[in-house]
Amino acid sequence: MQAQRFQDSDDVSASGYTPTRMQEARPSVKKLEGLSGWGRYPTADTAGIRPEKARDLAPVEGRCLARGLGRAYGDAALLSMGTMLLTERLNRFLDFDDQTGVLRAEAGTSLKDILDAMVPQGWFVPVTPGTKHCTLGGCIASDVHGKNHHRDGTFSAHVPRFSMVLADGTIVQASPIENPELFWATCGGMGLTGVVTEAELKLVPVETAYMKVWHVRSQNLDKTVALLTDPGYDAQYTVAWIDCLAGGSRLGRGIFMAGEHAKKSELSLRILNPLNPPAKGTKPFPVDLPGWALNPMSIKSFNWLYNWIQGSRKEFICSYDQFFYPLDGIHDWNRMYGKRGFLQYQFVLPMRTAFQGTKEILERLSKNRKASFLAVLKRFGPQGQGMLSFPMEGLTLALDIPFTEDLLPFLDGLDDIVMRHGGRIYLAKDARMKPEAFRAGYPRIDEFCDIRKRYDPEGKFDSNLASRLGLCR
Amino acid sequence: MQVSKGPVLIAGATSGIARAISNELAKEGHPIVLAGRDESELQRLASDLSIRTGTEVHTALFDASDPATHPLLLMEASAKAGKLEGAVLAFGYLGDQQLAQTDWQEARKILELNFVSAASLLHVLASDMETRQTGWITVLSSVAGDRGRMSNYVYGSAKGGLTVFLQGLRARLQKSGVHVMTVKPGPVDTAMTFGSDKLPLLADPGDVGAAIVKALKRRKDVVYVPSPWRLIMFVLRTVPEKVFKKTSL
Ligand SMILES: Cc1cc2nc3c(=O)[nH]c(=O)nc-3n(C[C@H](O)[C@H](O)[C@H](O)COP(=O)(O)OP(=O)(O)OC[C@H]3O[C@@H](n4cnc5c(N)ncnc54)[C@H](O)[C@@H]3O)c2cc1C
Ligand SMILES: NC(=O)c1ccc[n+]([C@@H]2O[C@H](COP(=O)([O-])OP(=O)(O)OC[C@H]3O[C@@H](n4cnc5c(N)ncnc54)[C@H](OP(=O)(O)O)[C@@H]3O)[C@@H](O)[C@H]2O)c1
Repeated sequence: MQAQRFQDSDDVSASGYTPTRMQEARPSVKKLEGLSGWGRYPTADTAGIRPEKARDLAPVEGRCLARGLGRAYGDAALLSMGTMLLTERLNRFLDFDDQTGVLRAEAGTSLKDILDAMVPQGWFVPVTPGTKHCTLGGCIASDVHGKNHHRDGTFSAHVPRFSMVLADGTIVQASPIENPELFWATCGGMGLTGVVTEAELKLVPVETAYMKVWHVRSQNLDKTVALLTDPGYDAQYTVAWIDCLAGGSRLGRGIFMAGEHAKKSELSLRILNPLNPPAKGTKPFPVDLPGWALNPMSIKSFNWLYNWIQGSRKEFICSYDQFFYPLDGIHDWNRMYGKRGFLQYQFVLPMRTAFQGTKEILERLSKNRKASFLAVLKRFGPQGQGMLSFPMEGLTLALDIPFTEDLLPFLDGLDDIVMRHGGRIYLAKDARMKPEAFRAGYPRIDEFCDIRKRYDPEGKFDSNLASRLGLCR
Repeated sequence: MQVSKGPVLIAGATSGIARAISNELAKEGHPIVLAGRDESELQRLASDLSIRTGTEVHTALFDASDPATHPLLLMEASAKAGKLEGAVLAFGYLGDQQLAQTDWQEARKILELNFVSAASLLHVLASDMETRQTGWITVLSSVAGDRGRMSNYVYGSAKGGLTVFLQGLRARLQKSGVHVMTVKPGPVDTAMTFGSDKLPLLADPGDVGAAIVKALKRRKDVVYVPSPWRLIMFVLRTVPEKVFKKTSL
C-alpha cells in the first residue's frame, strides 16, 4: 500500500469526518501529588506529561524537568512549579551494532531493559549503579558510577553521543566532538540543560551472565583502604561494606568485595546456559515498616556475613543480579524506612585527604550510634570531563540514614568535614545540602552556568534541587 | 499452536497494550507484522522488537477508520511475512463522553472506530482464515461493553457491539478450526487513561500483555484482564436497572 493513500485517508475519510490524530491532541497532564525521589524525602505536589512516542518528548509551556525512573534519592528529579516530563514509556531500542557493541535507544530505556535483552546475546552495560531500574537519560544526567569506576570511569565515558531537545524545542546531537560543551554540561547536569531523547551506549562483551566474586574481611580502616588500593587485590569491580557502629581500634572494619565477569570455563558444568540464568521474581515489599526496623535488620546481616567470612579470601560464583543489584530483589525496598523516608549521604574526598577525612566521619558516625549502621566505601579513579560530574580520584562513602529530627544538623556537621578536606557531595543523592557546600564542592559551576545560559537563557529547565542550591543564580 | 510459530498481524501496533502483546509473541519466536497509521513510530517499534528478540518484524500502513485499506492490509501482511497464523486487533478510541453528548462527530468517531472499523477488519480476516481453515484472532474489547454506564456509554456501546459481534464470529469460525478470543481489559495504564484521576488501580500494560498471550495459548474464549474484573463485572451486571440508573457510575 502506498503512503499516498494513507495521507489521503488522513485528511477526510470516506465517511465524511476528519479523523484527528491522537498525538495532535494536547498531551494529557496528570497531577502528581506527593511525588518524591527514591528516599521519599522531600515530596512535592506537581504535574506531569508522559509521552508514549519519542517525538512528543519536548518542553511544554512554563518550566519543566525530565524524570526517568525516579531513582535519584532527593529532589533532583522534582519540580514543584512546573511540569515533569516523564520518560518512562520511551524505551525503544533503535539500533545495535554487534561489531562495536554500540546500542542506540530512547532516553527512557532502563538498564534492566538492556540487560534483559542483551545479556543473553553476550553483552553487558559498561557502568551500572546499584540499581538497574534507572534510565539512560537519568544515568547521563547524574553521570553515574559503578563498582568499576577506578578502572572504567563514569557512565558518560561510554556514551559516544546523544540527542537532546533544547528549551526552544530544537533537537541537537551532542558528543565529545559535536557540541562538546553541551555534552559535558549535560553529563552530570541533572537535567538542567535540556532533555536527552536518545542515547548511544557502548556495551561490553561478556561470556556469561555470572560473576566470580571474592570477599575479604578487614579489621580496621587501614586494612579496608589498603584492600581497595592494593593492586594485588584489585579487580574490575571493587567495593567495601563498612560497619559504622564499630569504633576505636575496629573503626572502619568491613568486608571488601571484588568481582569479575565469570568466563565460561570458570562455571560449574551444572550451569547449562551460561548467558541465561534462571529468572527470579522480585518480591514486593508489602508494607511500610516503622522507621526503626532497618537498623537491627541490616546490622544483623552484616554481622552474619562478617562472621561467615572466615579466611582471607572466599571465592564464589553468583548471578550478575546478586552481585550488582542485591536490593532490586525486593521491590520498593525504600518502604522499609517507613513514611518519613530516609536520606542517603554520599561524599567523595580527594586521595590526599581521603583517609583522614573518612576516618573523622566514621568517628562521628560511630559516636552518634543512632544515625547510621552500614556504609559503602569505594575507590574512584581519575575524574571525568562532566562539569558537574560527581566522581573525583579518591575515596567515596555512601550511607542510608532513616529520617529523624536531629539528622539535618548532624549532616551539616559532616558537610563541614567534607568541605575542609576538599571533597564534594553527590547531587543524585542529596536532599538537604546548603548552597555553600555545593559551591565548595563543584568548582566548575560557573562554567556550567554559562553554557546553561547559552542553551536555556530563560531557565526553562529547572528542579527543586537547583532552586535549593541556588545552582545558577 | 504450541508448535507452530507463524506470523502474527498486530493491527493498532502503536497502542500501549499492543506493544506488550507484540513483545510477548516475538519472544516466543512469532514473526510479527506491526500495522498502524503512524509510519515513523512503526519503524521505531520494529527496530525495538527485532533488536530485543531477534525475531523477524515487518511494518504495514493502514488506517482503521478507512475500511477500504483493510483488504490491502491483509494482502501486504501476507506478502511480507507469509500466511498469517494469528491477528490481534488493538486499535481503539476512548474519546470524550462529555463532548460526544453534544458533538455528534465525536460520538460517531467513537462508534465507528471501535465497532465498525473493527468489524470491517474482522470481516476480511475471518474469510481468509475460514478458507484456510486455520488461525486465531484476538480482539481487544473492554469491560466498558459489559454494561452501559452514564460516564462512558458511547464507547461502551461500541465495545459492547464488538463483544456481541465476536460471540457470533467465534461460533461461526470454530467450525473451521479458527479460534476467536475476546479480551476485556479493565482500566490499563496507557495513553488512553493517563491523566484521568477518576480511574482507580490502573493495570500495568506489560502485565496485561503477558496475561493476554497466556490466555491465548490456553485458547480461552473470553478473558478479563486483570482477572478480578470478571467478578466485578458479574456483580455490576446483576444490579437491577432500576437501581443502576440512579448511580453515577
Ligand atoms: C538502590 C540505588 C542504588 C544506587 N546506586 C548508585 C551508584 O552506585 N552509583 C550512582 O552513581 N548512582 C547510584 N544511584 C543513583 C541513581 O543511579 C541515579 O540517581 C540515576 O540518575 C537514576 O536514574 P533515573 O532514571 O531513575 O533518573 P531520575 O531519578 O528520574 O532523575 C535523575 C536526574 O536525571 C535527570 N534526567 C532523567 N531523565 C533525563 C533525560 N531524559 N534528559 C535529561 N535529564 C534527565 C532528572 O532531571 C534528574 O535530575 C542509586 C540509586 C538507587 C535507588
Ligand atoms: N487502556 C485501557 O484502559 C483500556 C481498557 C479497556 C480496553 N482497552 C482497549 O484496548 C485497546 C488498546 O488500548 P490502549 O490502552 O493500548 O490504547 P492506546 O495506547 O491509546 O492505543 C490506541 C491505538 O489505536 C490506534 N488507532 C486509533 N485510531 C486509529 C486509526 N484510525 N487507524 C489505526 N490505528 C488507530 C492508535 O494509533 P496511533 O498511535 O496512530 O494514534 C493506537 O495504536 C483499545 O482497543 C482500547 O479500546 C483499553
